[in-house]
Formats: sequence, structure tokens, C-alpha cells
Amino acid sequence: MRVVTVCGMGFGTSLMLLMEVQAIAQKHGFSVDGEAVDLGSAKGKTCDFMVASGEIAAELSGESVEVVAIDNLLDKQEIEAKVMPVIRRIADTKGA
Amino acid sequence: MLPLSQEVVRLDAEAKTAEEAIRLAGSLLVEAGKAEAGYVDAMVNGFREIGPYIVLAPGIAIPHARPEHGVKEQCLSLVRLKEPVVFGHPANDPVRLVCAIGGVDNTGHIGMLQALASVLGDANKLQGIMEAATFSELQRAIQ
Repeated sequence: MRVVTVCGMGFGTSLMLLMEVQAIAQKHGFSVDGEAVDLGSAKGKTCDFMVASGEIAAELSGESVEVVAIDNLLDKQEIEAKVMPVIRRIADTKGA
Repeated sequence: MLPLSQEVVRLDAEAKTAEEAIRLAGSLLVEAGKAEAGYVDAMVNGFREIGPYIVLAPGIAIPHARPEHGVKEQCLSLVRLKEPVVFGHPANDPVRLVCAIGGVDNTGHIGMLQALASVLGDANKLQGIMEAATFSELQRAIQ
């Protein structure tokens, strides 16, 4: 499955999120590829889900995929608790 | 290991606004010869236009712009404010630690971001940063 992580510049927090989401997915036995992009490039990107800070996620409400909003990007537990249910659901749906 | 030298660290700095704090963190990179003055303006503009998303965790902001805005070499600065400043973030205000970052291409700074996240995400190390009285105490705290 594919994730797009989003931040204002596609350069700082989105990269941190991408690394963290991939590490968490791998820990649970899922393979997630993806890219980190800026808000302007994120709209309409093809992916299974998006992850962004709460601030940025609010701007992505028009997306067709689920957008996971993270408040504390350094809190691995928050990221894991919010992202894993989405990953599991997508894996079930895709039969992957 | 974080690329922090004494010249890019300020402890108990004073700033009244988020913009002042960002400019201070950016000016350390400029004075160290790692970024151009325009990079600081780009960080401030990014904050004004896109908002306080750079406050990635309670009390911690990582202002940055993009490589093409004037980064000479991959860099990081750390400013610990004497008094916390409001950045306008709904969950993570006020900010006491401002780490300006710069990278020279899209992904070369991933290692630095990972190192930064692992230090700032470690409650003991973060406490060490918040309580360090001197640069050498800070260096010991983040090792």
C-alpha cells in the first residue's frame, strides 16, 4: 500500500512522518511505500492514505482517501495508535 | 549524532514573538556560514503563509525552508528560549525550543532529521536539553 505524508514544504515534518509510518508498518509486518510532499503537491496524489500534522490535515479534508492527523510528531505511540488501524483496514480491503 | 556546535546553539535566548525566535535560530545558521540571509526570510515567510505546523511536538518548533532558498550546507541550530513564545499551534503551544534546519537536496538530510527526532523524542534527553546550563552540558545530554 502507499502513503503520502504531507507538510508545508515537503521537506521537514513530512519526511519525519514518512520514516516513522514506514517503521511502524514494518514492525507490524506490513510494507508501505510512499513519498513526502508539500501541501500544494499533495492534492489529488494517488495513494491509499495520507498522514499529516493536524494543522496540515485540516487543509486536506477534500481528499478522497483517509487523512490521519498527528498532533505530536515525536510521539511514536500516538502515530502508531492512529496509523495502524488504517493500515490494517486497507490491508483487509485489498486482501494484501 | 546531531551536528550541533557551540556557534549554532543559544541557551536562554530572548524572543518576544514566533518570528523573532525563527529569525534568531536562522541567524545562527547564517553566522556559521551554512545558509544565506535569504534562507531566514524564506523560513519566516513559510511560517506566515503555511502556519504553525512547524511546531511538531509540545514546545518544539523546527522552522525550515527549502534547499533552493539558500542553504550552503546541511545544517541545524538550536535555540532554547528563556520564556516560551506562542506560535499559534492549537495543541503544541507555547514553544521553548526552536531548531532551524536546512538541507541541500530533497532527502540528504533524512539522517539528520532522524537523529533530531530520536533526541527530541527521548524524554530524558529532552529534559537534559531543557535543563542544560552550558553548551557542554547540552552536548552530554544529547549523546
